[in-house]
Amino acid sequence: MFHIYCPYCEELREEEEFHPKGQAHIARPVDPEACSDEEWGDYLFFRDNPRGIHHELWVHAVGCRKFFNITRNTVSYEILETYRMGEQPRFTAGHPEGKPAEQVAAEAEAVSRQEGVKA
Amino acid sequence: MSQSLKQPNRLREGGRIDRSHTLHFTFNGKRYLGHAGDTLASALLANGVDIVNRSFKYSRPRGIVAAGPEEPNALVQLGSTEAAQVPNVRATQQALFDGLTAQSTNGWPNVQRDVMSLVGKLGGRFMPPGFYYKTFMAPASLWMTYEKYIRKGAGLGRSPMVPDPDVYDHLNQHCDVLVVGAGPAGLAAALTAARSGARVILCDEQEEMGGSLLDSRELLDNQPADQWVAQVLEELARLDNVTLLARTTANGYHDHHFVTLHERRTEHLGETAPVVDDYRPSRSRMHHVRAGQVLLATGAHERPLVYANNDVPGNLLAGAVSTYIRRYGVVPGNRLVLSTSNDHAYRAALDWFDAGREVVAIADARRAPDGDLVAQARERGIRIIEGAAVLEAKGSTRVSGVRVATIDAAAFKVTGQAETLACDTIASSGGYSPVIHLASHTGARPSWNDEILGFVPGLVKGVHAAGSARGIHDLAAGLADGVAMAARALETLGMTSRAIELPQIDTRREGAACGLYQVPHEKPTLRAPKQFVDPQNDVTAAGVELATREGFESIEHIKRYTAMGFGTDQGKLGNINGMAIAARCLNKSIPEVGTTVFRPNYTPVTFGAIVGRHCRERFDPERYTALHQWHVENGAEFEDVGQWKRPWYFPTIVNGKKETMHEAVARECRAVREKVGILDASTLGKIDIQGPDAREFLGRIYTNKWEKLAVGRARYGLMCKDDGMVTDDGVTTCLADNHFLMTTTTGGAAAILEWLELWHQTEWPELNVTFTSVTDHWATMTITGPEARKLLAEISDIDLDRERFKFMDWRAGKVAGVPARVFRISFTGELTYEINVQANYAMHVWKTLFTHGETYGLTPYGTETMHVLRAEKGFIIVGQDTDGSVTPEDLGMQWCVGYDKPYSWVGKRALSRSDTRRDGRKQLVGLRPKDPAVVLEEGAQIVLDPDHPVPVPMVGHVTSSYYSPTLDSGFALAVVKGGHQRMGETVYLPMADGKTHAAEIVSPIFVDPKGERQHV
Amino acid sequence: MSDPVATTAFDTRPDTSVPTESPLAWSYHETGCPGVSQKSRVVLRERAMLGHLILRGGAIALDEALREVLGLALPARPGGLNHDSEGVRSIQWLSPDEWLVIVPGGEAFALEQRLRNALGGAHYAIVDVSGGQTLIELEGEAARELLMKSTPYDVHPANFPVGKGVTTVFAKATAIVRRPTEDRWELVVRRSFADYCYRWLLDAGEEYGVGVEA
Repeated sequence: MFHIYCPYCEELREEEEFHPKGQAHIARPVDPEACSDEEWGDYLFFRDNPRGIHHELWVHAVGCRKFFNITRNTVSYEILETYRMGEQPRFTAGHPEGKPAEQVAAEAEAVSRQEGVKA
Repeated sequence: MSQSLKQPNRLREGGRIDRSHTLHFTFNGKRYLGHAGDTLASALLANGVDIVNRSFKYSRPRGIVAAGPEEPNALVQLGSTEAAQVPNVRATQQALFDGLTAQSTNGWPNVQRDVMSLVGKLGGRFMPPGFYYKTFMAPASLWMTYEKYIRKGAGLGRSPMVPDPDVYDHLNQHCDVLVVGAGPAGLAAALTAARSGARVILCDEQEEMGGSLLDSRELLDNQPADQWVAQVLEELARLDNVTLLARTTANGYHDHHFVTLHERRTEHLGETAPVVDDYRPSRSRMHHVRAGQVLLATGAHERPLVYANNDVPGNLLAGAVSTYIRRYGVVPGNRLVLSTSNDHAYRAALDWFDAGREVVAIADARRAPDGDLVAQARERGIRIIEGAAVLEAKGSTRVSGVRVATIDAAAFKVTGQAETLACDTIASSGGYSPVIHLASHTGARPSWNDEILGFVPGLVKGVHAAGSARGIHDLAAGLADGVAMAARALETLGMTSRAIELPQIDTRREGAACGLYQVPHEKPTLRAPKQFVDPQNDVTAAGVELATREGFESIEHIKRYTAMGFGTDQGKLGNINGMAIAARCLNKSIPEVGTTVFRPNYTPVTFGAIVGRHCRERFDPERYTALHQWHVENGAEFEDVGQWKRPWYFPTIVNGKKETMHEAVARECRAVREKVGILDASTLGKIDIQGPDAREFLGRIYTNKWEKLAVGRARYGLMCKDDGMVTDDGVTTCLADNHFLMTTTTGGAAAILEWLELWHQTEWPELNVTFTSVTDHWATMTITGPEARKLLAEISDIDLDRERFKFMDWRAGKVAGVPARVFRISFTGELTYEINVQANYAMHVWKTLFTHGETYGLTPYGTETMHVLRAEKGFIIVGQDTDGSVTPEDLGMQWCVGYDKPYSWVGKRALSRSDTRRDGRKQLVGLRPKDPAVVLEEGAQIVLDPDHPVPVPMVGHVTSSYYSPTLDSGFALAVVKGGHQRMGETVYLPMADGKTHAAEIVSPIFVDPKGERQHV
Repeated sequence: MSDPVATTAFDTRPDTSVPTESPLAWSYHETGCPGVSQKSRVVLRERAMLGHLILRGGAIALDEALREVLGLALPARPGGLNHDSEGVRSIQWLSPDEWLVIVPGGEAFALEQRLRNALGGAHYAIVDVSGGQTLIELEGEAARELLMKSTPYDVHPANFPVGKGVTTVFAKATAIVRRPTEDRWELVVRRSFADYCYRWLLDAGEEYGVGVEA
């Protein structure tokens, strides 16, 4: 039973209130019709299964009904962070101890300039 | 029934029992006396009961070994009545109450004379590990037969055959610090955390809190240890921020500091919870604790030594001997031999001596033991045999003596000549293993500590161990550790800890322990008398050695091969000894061999406690519509649709007989096709969609087009996942230019709302649109049939003219005086009005329809009739006629696909994948059985040639099948490979009973193929 | 879209008196109402037929409109629950762009219209859900422990002060749990789950002599 910090309700809630929705940051191709069958198949069916840091999409189903992302260690089950849609993770496979603050700020800046926030 | 009124092993004084309060109990049919404060085990020992069970595999007589949860033998079946049966209760953890009735779990027909002992004796040496696997494997078909008898013989306890009269419940708890174990370290930690203002839960599995302090010889502040315990508990009980849970076992440590605590609330009072003021309290309660920090003060379990015949009744753990004497006033024998590797166990000999019984000798494996306790034993004139150990116990149903000799533990050799001593009790101690089970549940690996000769818990963030649980066995140090670890936990929480003053304790010098696990024997292990490692599972040292010889090197494999640490034991008593033996055989160290993983639960939990109140009519929520009472009062039979209770059909009484479902459905179908029927359709999912981009959103999420749907109009829509497979359908209505009402399938309502939110929040946040569930707000009543208009006209102010209120229009107005939205949509193919009113007014509207309906033959119908009517029209039900592998094209619903919509809507791209384009996909068709009396089975497989040799290629299956009163024939919907090209072909359905049905592939629309009736 | 009020809002209340049934009507009929006695350490009371509106949109625009129309500030913080001075009208945070307004029965439609007028051209949505849920009050010294049996959410005063409300798990259903005053708790349950929640409360509350005030 995970204890999950909802970044919208801004508190820890029981796992019972959430639904997992699979790997995070799977953006739908902008022009599906331009995709080859293989590319489309990759988007539909292929997911990572890493040992260690993994980014997952969850929804606070019995709560605020908002989707958000979780960075979770698949070995220890530790949740390193949760972040809102459109935000980038601080903890990644390349930065298991967390990215430096400047880099996080720069990425956030880049996201804020995007038009329409994507998964 | 025989009765024993004497308690030969009970001391005249001492202990924490109340001698003025005598309790009666029955064990294996014989009556005994005990006292308040006893456990069943202490009372049995007081009464001199030696054999409490027969062993699992060899059927050897077994006695009580321990005083706590590590007890391997004294598993009993509790209960004087069938309803009160509880299997596998440890006698050491069951408080005695008046009238307690228990039986040995093992031993058939009884523990004294045992049928299985024959197998044990004959099998003896011939029952190595893997015996059952090897012997009873073939033929495989007989295993079930063997197993039944082996199980009965072995006896694993049994469940009650009648309902449990007790209730159980759950309580959700939250705290800053959960302290598990109320021994010295736990009490010190809890007091520290409590005084610092943290929300604290302190739990302990025993009848009383205090742990080892309840039978300690130490003085705290010059007072007996239990007085300090009482003071601390009194203070904790007074504090608002503290929850004390005695008789509460922390059974499972789950993710993120979620710990399940099993509180036995009334099990010390009687076999069922006593009723007070007409109220029966819950027998046990599961606390679901979400803790900020967890402090494990779970103490240590003593390890027995492994020597020959160490399972004969009268072999006990040294610490258990002390506990029985000091806590329960019971000396479990007359003449004691102690075999030890450490100073601490000397307490057993001292307590025994001080109780006025004979200590024959202490065999100390160390060369020159010299601690303070050793000195105290010498002062009492007790004989100490240095460098020696008990090699072998004598006796069969009770220890009658021992063979003791000097040994070389490191070389695993007996060095001296064995001496035989007469005695009736052997206490042994091979050291102390921290109780690491809960820490192990988190997945953290324990690590071996050479100083304490035991594993200490591996700890994940937020978990702390204190005192004996991490190998600090000294009392003063353990108390200080409790304070220190609590301070660390509080610091992590950002709280400031307030120091507590610890009691003064005389320091005592303790000599170093030596590592001794299996005691060597003159004979090699495989030929020596059995040396038990895990008595509960009858695992011997020879078994472990054999496993290593047969090539098992991983401790996890050895465990599975030998069954060591299986079952309720979970490795409490024998695991370390087993690992030590494996290490010796493999020439490795214990840490190299590793440890096995402990899993929840720490001790067994009854199903009742797990289920709590989620049982019987509260097992799962039942959802009702606003019209439920009418349905019940009008005799509806109900069908479960998800959690909803929906009327299935409404049987009436005809000539004094209740209609069958078949009769009722035929009548209901005819009413709809000929007059008018009414259905409670309130369970359909309804989602209110608003926003300037609502229409754009619908166009992206549905397969068909929405840009031109006018206000006042409704449209059927089909939804796919992005793999092109149909996932839901329903009618969506345009209420205003930026306001729509979507309906979903009954079962899909919650999932579809989440689906819409998923797309909106993760892919198209730029679309300005909101979704709100209004499923429960609106009640939906469907009136359908040729007379529907006339009926509605009587009670509605809406203009129902067929030209002004057309098929797929909706209008607002009043129905029975209540504001309503009325939709002209149809799931039956007949003239239909779906009346939506706010649910609180629904019953009035429904009843008014019936007051006016009699003239028109208004007939209520349920889901079964709904299914027949829609199937006659070839209308699909998503989830019945589809299964996640069906595209709109497979359903022949190209008319509902907007191929030229500008946005690549969800599912579109997948429809041009090679897999969705290939020939031979299963396609929806109708089936008309050649014999009209046949109603095909749903799920029946379809073949083209029934005479084809086995295996016959299967080309599809039946998805929906009913009898149609309109056609007076069975009919079905099915998916068949290439079905759309097979119209008119005959297919076959071989059934399990050997019959084969023939059917013709036809259009799935059986009634009114042009759809004229719904437009009238 | 010229006149949002005329085309979108829909008054579901009849202007003549017709019989109504709250979501617990069946429960009262089938399960009954255990009486309140001296021994009752918790008392249940349904506040039936209230007006429930869901507001969606941007916090700033909604806050302005709500202050103007109802004299109530929009709770900006997660879990916020504000009541008017009489304690009969409330607004609760449900999500960053979603709030629940509960007002006395009969006020909902007028309120909706006034809000729509006040909101003008802002992007928002208002949805009447009055028929879809009901409010159950819990009062008494055992109310909190009864909630502890029912919801995994931490209802300790340190975590659940007055003026808070959350959507969470309730037994095997869901509910909004609110704490309008020191001694009173409220549950907002969905109509179709109301009977299950009611039966759950009576069963779990038996230990506290639970009574129902009709």
